[in-house]
Amino acid sequence: MSWLIAILQTALFVALAPLLAGFMKFCKCRLQNRRAPSLLQPYRDLLKLTRKQPVISEDASWLFCATPYIVFTAMILAASVVPFIAVDLPTSAEADVIVLVGFFAFARFFLALAGLDIGTAFGGMGSSREMTISSLAEPAMLMAVFTITMTASTTNLSGAIEHVLNEGVVLRPSFVFALFALLLVAVAETGRIPVDNPTTHLELTMIHEAMILEYSGRHLALIEWASQLKFMLYGVLISNIFFPWGIAENFGLSALSYGLLVISGKLILLCVFLGIAETAVAKMRLFRVQEYLGFAYLLGLLGMLSHIILESTR
Amino acid sequence: MNIESQDLYTQAILSMSALVGLTSFLMLGQGRLLRLIFVFAVQGLLLTLTTSMAAFSLDNPHLYISAVLTFALKVVFIPWMLRKEVLTMNMQRDVEALKNNTALMLGGASLMVFSYYVLQPIIHTSSMIMLNAIAVSLSVVLLGLLLMISHRQAVAHVVGFMSIENGLFFAAIVATNGMPMVVELGVAFDVLVAAVLFGIFFLHIRTSIDSLDVDMMNKLHEVDSR
Repeated sequence: MSWLIAILQTALFVALAPLLAGFMKFCKCRLQNRRAPSLLQPYRDLLKLTRKQPVISEDASWLFCATPYIVFTAMILAASVVPFIAVDLPTSAEADVIVLVGFFAFARFFLALAGLDIGTAFGGMGSSREMTISSLAEPAMLMAVFTITMTASTTNLSGAIEHVLNEGVVLRPSFVFALFALLLVAVAETGRIPVDNPTTHLELTMIHEAMILEYSGRHLALIEWASQLKFMLYGVLISNIFFPWGIAENFGLSALSYGLLVISGKLILLCVFLGIAETAVAKMRLFRVQEYLGFAYLLGLLGMLSHIILESTR
Repeated sequence: MNIESQDLYTQAILSMSALVGLTSFLMLGQGRLLRLIFVFAVQGLLLTLTTSMAAFSLDNPHLYISAVLTFALKVVFIPWMLRKEVLTMNMQRDVEALKNNTALMLGGASLMVFSYYVLQPIIHTSSMIMLNAIAVSLSVVLLGLLLMISHRQAVAHVVGFMSIENGLFFAAIVATNGMPMVVELGVAFDVLVAAVLFGIFFLHIRTSIDSLDVDMMNKLHEVDSR
C-alpha cells in the first residue's frame, strides 16, 4: 500500500513539473506586463519535441545519446526521495539527503560530459561554466542541509520533516540562515535569473543552454523535462523542510488530498516570490557569481554556527 | 538548555541576534555606499524591534522611550545625514573595490567564532540568552572594526563606528534588561553629537583633499598635484 502511494506520488511529481514551469513563466509574464502563454504550454512543447526526429552529430558517441535518459532517470529517482504530499514513505526511507545531492551531481556530471562529447565550442564552454558554478554551489547546499539534519539529528528527509512537525513552532535563527542559503543555491542550481537565464541563447551569457545546444527532438524533451523536475525538486524541498505544516502524515484519502492542496499553495507562493525577485534583479556578470555563491556559503556557515552556538545542548 | 525549552521571548531574541549578526556581515561585504547605509538602517530597525520586544515582555515602559530614540537616530537621522553627504559628494555610483572579498567574509566568520571562544568562561555564571547576546554583540563590535579597516571611504568608517555602538547597545538591552534611563539618554546624545562631529570632519576632509577616500591622505599635496 505505502509502496503504491510512493510510486503514485513520484508519478504525480513527474507529471506536475511542467505545469509548475508553466506557472513560473505565467508569473513572470504578468509581472512584466506581457501576455502569458497557456499554463499547458510546456506540455505542448514536450509533445512537439518528442514527435520530432532527433538530429545527432556524426562525431557524437554513445554517451551523447545515453545522457538524456540517464539525467531524466536520476531526476525521477531524486523525485521519489523527496517527500512531496506525504511524509514517511518507504522510498524516502531508502535514501537520505546526501543521496539526493548525489543524484543531482550524477545528472550534472553526465550533462557536462555530453556537452564536451560533441566537441563544439559552446558545449565545452557551457560544461566548464556549469562545473565552476556547481563546485561552488554544492558546499553551500550541503552546509544548509547539514544545519537542518543536525537539528533533527538525522539525514533522512522524512525524519527531518517529522522532527520539525512534532516540535511545533520554534523560532530558530539557524533555519533562517539555512533557508536563505538554500534559496540562493536553488536559484544558482536551477539556472534562474541572477546566475543564468533559461530563455537566452546569447553565447556570452548562457550556461545551461550552452551545454544542451546540440540536443534536439526527444532527447531535448527529456532534458527540458529533467530541468523542470529539478526546479520543482528544489521548490518542494525548500517548502517542505522549512514549512512542513499540512503535509500528509497518514495515507488516508482526505489527508493526501489536503497535502496536495497545501503543497500547491506553497509552491504557488514560492513561484510568485521568485518571479518578483527575478523581475527586480538583473542578471549578474559571470565573474560575480562566485561572490554570490560565496555569500550563500557564508549564510550556510552562519546557520551551522548559530545552530551549534545558539541552539544546541550544553 | 535546548532552544525548544525556552519561551517565545528568548527564541525571538535569539533570532534577532542572529539577524543583527547577519546585517553586520552584509555591511562588511558591501561595496556601494548607499546600500551600506541602507543595511545600517536595517540594523537600527532590528535594534528598535529588539528593544520594543524587551520592553513589552519585561513590562518595562521606559524601554519604549529608548526604542523611539533608537528609531529616530539610527533608522532615520544618521542614515539620512550620511545619504545626503554621499549624494552631495556624488559618490553613489562608486563601487569600492574591496580587496579579496571572500577572505574578508571568512575573516568575519572566524571573528564570530573567536568572540564565542572568548566568552566561553562566563557560560557557567550566566544564562544561555545572556551568553549568546553578548557573544553576538561582541562579534558585531569586531565586525564593525573589520569594516573600518577594510573600507577606504570615510563614510564607511562612520557606518562601521556606528555599528560598533549598535553592538554595545544590543548587549545592554538584552543582557541587562535595559540600563537606567539616564545612561540611555546620555548614550543617545553621544551618538547624536558624534554624528554631527563626523559631519564637520567630512567637511574638513573634503575641503583639504577634495575626496572622502582616506587613502588619499597618505599622499603629499605638493608632490601629487604636479
